[in-house]
Amino acid sequence: MTDTTRTEPEAVPVTINGTAIEAKPGELLIDAAERHGVYIPRFCYHPRMRPVGMCRMCLVEVDTGRGPALQPSCMIPVAPGMTVDTESEATRKAQDGVLEFLLLNHPLDCPVCDKGGECPLQDQTLAFGPGESRMVEQKRHFEKPIPISDLVYLDRERCILCDRCTRFADEVAGDPLITFVDRGDHTQVNTFPDQPFASYFSGNTVQLCPVGALTAVPYRFRARPWDLEQVESTCTFCSVGCRIAVQSSTNRLVRHLGVDVDPVNWGWLCDKGRFGFEGVNSDDRLGRPLVRAGDTLAEATWAEALEAAAGAIRAGLDAGGPGAVAVLGGARLTNEDAYAWAKLAKSVVGTDNVDAQIGDGLPAEVVLGLPRATIDEVCAARTVVLLGPDLKEELPVLYLRLRDAAVEKGVRIVEVSPHDTGLTEVATVALRHRPGEAAAAVRAALDGAGDDPRVARAAELLAEGDVAVVLGRPSLAEAPDAVVAAASLLAARLPGVRFLPVLRRANVHGALDLGLAPGVLPGRVDLDAGRPWFEARWGAVPASRGLDATGILTAAAEGAIETLVLLGADPLRDFPDARLAQGALERVPRIVAVDCFLTESSRRAHVVLPAAAFGERSGTTTNIEGRVSVLNQKVTPPGTARADWMIAVELAHRLGADLGLDSLDGIWAEIESVAPAHAGLARARLLAADGLDGVVVPLSDHHEAGADRRPLAQTEAPEVTAADTHMGPESVATTLPGGETVPSVPRSPSGASGATMPEQIAEAAAAGDAAREAEAPEEAAALEAAAQQAAVEAATEDAGEGDVSAPVEHGPDRPPLLAFEPVEAGPAPPVDAYSLRLVSGRKLYDQGTLVQHAPSLAGLAPGAHLRVNPYDLDRLGLHTGDGATLRSARGSVVVEVEADPGVARGSALLPFNQPGVSAAALIDATARVTEVRLETRAGGGGA
Amino acid sequence: MARLTPDNVARAQEIIGRYPRPRSALIPLLHLAQEQDGWVSPEAMGHIGELLGLTAAEVLGTCSFYEMFKREPVGRYVVNVCTSISCHLLGGDELLHHVEERLGVRSGGTTPDGRFTVNHVECIAACTEAPCLQVNYRYFHKVTPDAVDALLDDLAAGRRDDEVPPHGTLTRVRQQVPAGRWAGRGAEGLPPDRTSLGGDG
Ligand code: SF4
Ligand code: SF4
Ligand code: FES
Repeated sequence: MTDTTRTEPEAVPVTINGTAIEAKPGELLIDAAERHGVYIPRFCYHPRMRPVGMCRMCLVEVDTGRGPALQPSCMIPVAPGMTVDTESEATRKAQDGVLEFLLLNHPLDCPVCDKGGECPLQDQTLAFGPGESRMVEQKRHFEKPIPISDLVYLDRERCILCDRCTRFADEVAGDPLITFVDRGDHTQVNTFPDQPFASYFSGNTVQLCPVGALTAVPYRFRARPWDLEQVESTCTFCSVGCRIAVQSSTNRLVRHLGVDVDPVNWGWLCDKGRFGFEGVNSDDRLGRPLVRAGDTLAEATWAEALEAAAGAIRAGLDAGGPGAVAVLGGARLTNEDAYAWAKLAKSVVGTDNVDAQIGDGLPAEVVLGLPRATIDEVCAARTVVLLGPDLKEELPVLYLRLRDAAVEKGVRIVEVSPHDTGLTEVATVALRHRPGEAAAAVRAALDGAGDDPRVARAAELLAEGDVAVVLGRPSLAEAPDAVVAAASLLAARLPGVRFLPVLRRANVHGALDLGLAPGVLPGRVDLDAGRPWFEARWGAVPASRGLDATGILTAAAEGAIETLVLLGADPLRDFPDARLAQGALERVPRIVAVDCFLTESSRRAHVVLPAAAFGERSGTTTNIEGRVSVLNQKVTPPGTARADWMIAVELAHRLGADLGLDSLDGIWAEIESVAPAHAGLARARLLAADGLDGVVVPLSDHHEAGADRRPLAQTEAPEVTAADTHMGPESVATTLPGGETVPSVPRSPSGASGATMPEQIAEAAAAGDAAREAEAPEEAAALEAAAQQAAVEAATEDAGEGDVSAPVEHGPDRPPLLAFEPVEAGPAPPVDAYSLRLVSGRKLYDQGTLVQHAPSLAGLAPGAHLRVNPYDLDRLGLHTGDGATLRSARGSVVVEVEADPGVARGSALLPFNQPGVSAAALIDATARVTEVRLETRAGGGGA
Repeated sequence: MARLTPDNVARAQEIIGRYPRPRSALIPLLHLAQEQDGWVSPEAMGHIGELLGLTAAEVLGTCSFYEMFKREPVGRYVVNVCTSISCHLLGGDELLHHVEERLGVRSGGTTPDGRFTVNHVECIAACTEAPCLQVNYRYFHKVTPDAVDALLDDLAAGRRDDEVPPHGTLTRVRQQVPAGRWAGRGAEGLPPDRTSLGGDG
């Protein structure tokens, strides 16, 4: 937003505090100063939002040749010859005045304020403010905190009216539901009565607020900043891969903060990622293995449970050979876990019936074979084609990035979808099509066929070139073939087009990359092409391509699967076709579940092995771009739950094989040496400063020379010290019990200031308050130094042979990476004039296991209304609010209908996995589209 | 008191058409709502938001910035008595007290019959005519207690309705702007609805 000048070459000479510096053209003075080590205090300015000059904290003396004058440095672009004094008498007096003024009405209730100890208002008052206030009058009073949403509370007395939250809501999130109300000294932030700040991104305002005015329900009064420990990690509540600071207190996760990472999340998080840690803390987490005894699952020792699980696999093999064993799920796993499980399944068990997706994604070959784009590349394309689900619901922060690209950078979005999505509003062209007709819609758009002006416009945009495609599964009620054919068309007709695949689950991309899908082997290799290479390394590889999730469940329902391993998968809840899942799980004789919770599906298992969840284990994860980044453990898993890779190793052992994997470092080293897509990506690279934001694989494809990490000295920034501090010692964390093993920097008031704030403030803070000058800072500094040392050592060790960042050739005998093979569009399914076609997608909050175990999020699932184009509704004689029965060949549900012109004619949109209504009851996963009929409840009419 | 009436929606569409961006019509539409109900109700704010593609919160933000938009019901006649310096020197405060006594409500209040709301206000820019007051923003100059009694009697009896229309009534909102001078989309009004591509089955 403010860095549009990045590419311009010339420098602007400016003098700051007597030192000549070179600023970038158009750069704001506050930024130029900061880049050159001069920190100007601020409250309202935020580099990811437009400057407003609300707070006046950044006043400095600026002389542009007409004599010095106080100017807000966040609003003034640098000009040649400008002389700036940030320490002059006048500047200091202005800072004193502004702070005294900001504190006039401030309640000074720091002792009971969540922000106390990490509050920019506290810190800057200490560093730059007057010693005391002259205010003796009555302060203004408001009702103490009022809820402005289910997740956020607002204390208007503490608010300094910096406009950050309101700007965020409007500019960034596109949900302008909070605003300044009234004027003058009555001004307050508020919502419209009865219209809460129900934004998927509301938690960001809490992180942005420079005072304690906004607090988050899941964190309020849970901890004090100086009690928190933290590591930097990557959010895996979806596959965008936002970088976060994971904070804990007394071995429980208490807060996630967004880390500002240029290529991915810019500091933003969605509320699911921010607050989903509650699910990890849930008392329902599995902490002991369970083994079935008759009708119940009874606690067992690991030895018993592993023996039972291995026994189940062995029995399956004996009964039907490798093809009778199937592994479903794996998106929850880290890359290391996924590799270990792929090796277990494909080489030890010998089955290729392995699928990390559960009928909700795209074929692995498509995802792995298409030329990939990064998020930055998509956001820098001239035109972006959206061919997939509603990103606001499924990959929220990617939605923010695309929204920004469209609104701020003028990127043209062509949306091809059966219904309006969160991005429709900012799309240049929105083309609607019925399920199953994506390819036809894309063909029309490529040809500009017909006389629809929108199609013509889309054709123009596509013809101008520089197109990126965001590709996913538009609907769970439609087979992926139509969208794959559409992608094939785009790939064939638009030279140089790149794709960003948007499968949404946690680390599903890593799981596919590492072979947890039928027909592929680790490193984006085709099963047959990779056979010799992997046979040489693994000993054995499945003889032929196996089944995907739908295939596995179909086979299971027919009795052809003897043992089913559920790797965090809950097909009864999550597979689009409930009847098929039901039939499969009823029929299959043995189920082994590896899970964090007892889900509907794992309840039916014969053995349940408890797995470590997010924040409880280290490793790496891979996002939609193929960006590999480091996950760090912060707390210990409940009971004896453990990392999935360890379970794989133990199972292999009991099956008489040695996976040869005994540490995360060891697993990564093996991945690096056998998986072609990961060749050359040494673990040390991920731990080095330029690898913290993740590294996109394969290296030869996207060689980023060290991502541009914004300095964390924003006033609101989480105290993520040089994040490499937290990376090295993970082996310690896995070997020692107790959870307190990762040497993160304990946050003490001054330690915290020292860690994030420029020395200036830290010094002032230290000097200003003797009481806060306890031993804590030394302790923190010592720990930090020790940790850094450890990290450096780890990095050097790992680096071992040679340059860590140089891309390594795939080598002569490495198998080639998969290449996408275009698919011809089949004939569109015939239109049945009497029925509608079901469209079903996910909402951010649903009945998913983790959401349901996060108390703050569990109630937010919106429920399911059936949305139908008013044209169809009229035809059926139905009106918004009417109840109706929706019937498919699979089953029927009772729904409330709602007219929505954003839904394509002939379609019916029903969200998936919502309380009350289950779209899964209707969907036929084996059909290309699911036809439904809508009947009035009286049973009459209908079509 | 609610959403805009169909007539006013038509008027609103016409007003929106005058501007390049719908949002620019926000203040005129707030006036329209106030003219309709005498105040701007939450329902009206919501409705205006729908017409302009804004959230109700955004409408509230603008509406609450301006004192003249009333967000609580007011009397049919809003009597603003100036108590700033010129009027103060020439008896403005006495005049205010007189009005308060006469109507039996304090400044800021509304008579139980819903007829009058009394406010004391800052300078209304008629210092040469002090003491002065406004009724529904129509000026009355050099007002004496006797004159105010007569005025209030007349208003109560509806004898001044030509001169003092009900609160909220404006002339500007209704002004005719020749269509050729509209900067906006004109009577087309809102964005066309999106129908499916080739989907009429
Ligand atoms: S609530 Fe916080 S972020 Fe919002 S305006 Fe007030 S101080 Fe700023
Ligand atoms: S968008 Fe995804 S990765 Fe980012 S915070 Fe939300 S759930 Fe986590
Ligand atoms: S006015 Fe510049 S930071 Fe607030």
